[in-house]
Amino acid sequence: MPKGLSRITAPLIGQNPITRQILGVCSALAVTTGLDTALMMSAALTSVLCLSSAIISLLRNHIPHVIRLIVQITIIASLVIVIDELMQAFAFELSRALSVFVGLIVTNCLVLGRAEAFAMRNPVGPSILDALGNGLGYSLILILVGSIRELLGQGSLLGVVVLVPVADGGWFEPLGLMQLAPAAFIIIGLLVWAIRSYWTDQAETTAQATPGEQVAR
Amino acid sequence: MDDRRAPFWRFLARDNEDPVKILGVAFLVALISAIVVSSAAILLEPRQTAHLEAERAARMAAMLDRLPGMADILAETGADSLRTYLVDLATGQIVPDLDPDDYDAAAAAADPATAVAIPADLDLAGLRQRAPYAPVHILERNGRVELVVLPVSGTGYASRIEALLALQSDLGTVAALTITSQGETAGLGARIENPEWQALWPGREIADDSGQIVIAVVRGQASSPYEVDGISGATRTGNGVTNMLRYWLGEHGFGPFLDRLREQGV
Repeated sequence: MPKGLSRITAPLIGQNPITRQILGVCSALAVTTGLDTALMMSAALTSVLCLSSAIISLLRNHIPHVIRLIVQITIIASLVIVIDELMQAFAFELSRALSVFVGLIVTNCLVLGRAEAFAMRNPVGPSILDALGNGLGYSLILILVGSIRELLGQGSLLGVVVLVPVADGGWFEPLGLMQLAPAAFIIIGLLVWAIRSYWTDQAETTAQATPGEQVAR
Repeated sequence: MDDRRAPFWRFLARDNEDPVKILGVAFLVALISAIVVSSAAILLEPRQTAHLEAERAARMAAMLDRLPGMADILAETGADSLRTYLVDLATGQIVPDLDPDDYDAAAAAADPATAVAIPADLDLAGLRQRAPYAPVHILERNGRVELVVLPVSGTGYASRIEALLALQSDLGTVAALTITSQGETAGLGARIENPEWQALWPGREIADDSGQIVIAVVRGQASSPYEVDGISGATRTGNGVTNMLRYWLGEHGFGPFLDRLREQGV
């Protein structure tokens, strides 16, 4: 597989930021009550991640080591604010649905983690590919969890009724738990378990430090 | 180092551990970020404000559509909408010489020159200060008040909640409550925006027989006409809504205006 392509495909499952590196879990819990918010959050995070990786990679030779984290966070925070403002101006309904969580992309360890672990040390091209891969890996989990929670919690997908709830004369009893944050923990936990059972090399043994390139949690 | 190059390139060529470079890079990053963020905020503000205003108007229209018999009343009176008056909250009188369309209540509440401080013991909604005047929307038929829509705001769990409260002609029964703006916890407190929850409001009574404002969002199931079911997991948001209504319907809010309206009409 060409190296560029593997930078995109590796973070999808093998190095998935959420299930493997356990990064960015906070927002994954908060925005996955429905598929539409999960999709919008995925798009917002992926674009912030790509842009911040590109900018930080461009500047990497001139960012002094002692203040690198502050510089990275400043760049990421500015990008997030601009994206949030753009969404409020051009995608008002969706920005309403996401409320504060777009702003909270700043605190997502995934963005800073990729900047620090990859973009600071690699040229612009590979950095963007790495950011895109990680963004897509994050999106994959968000979309999965969002679909499961919306389907079981409300009986619908993207607002379209799939399982007719009892209240509307159907048979489906919506699981209220699915709309609360603990459900996202449970689903992500089950996903981690399933992935690590199938790809056994992902399982962490107690004696061995976790392999891979994770830096921040 | 090549001295013929511009000072900027000489600066970039400095060692990354050099204090001048560290301070310089920090300053430049902060400056550029500040310029980008503030221009985005300023350039996009008109569009955002337009969206917010359109949303407010749409919610008002949606609320009127949901009220039973509203379309008939509007058709009968020939009015296509409600009339807006500016009310002096302290006296309850209508302010005649100001156009409600030109009055920005939010700005007046924020400006120390015009804002009225709310005494701490009366400040149920946690607002600290409010504008001296407030716009109210009234529907009249044959000189009789059919519906009054009051803008209210208060402090919830995590955000300012803004809402429109519509009262029926007796000025004591809720016709509708519509939340127009809130930033409560998604999935919990934010469910005050759900139509199902707002549908619990019509028909609730705001005051008991002695005139005391007792309307409340309660934990669990409502057991009297003055109560509305709370949302589980959002007790503090519910309390915020309760306090908001109690403040605005009380003596320091629209109380004097509603008393005057009951006695004299518009």
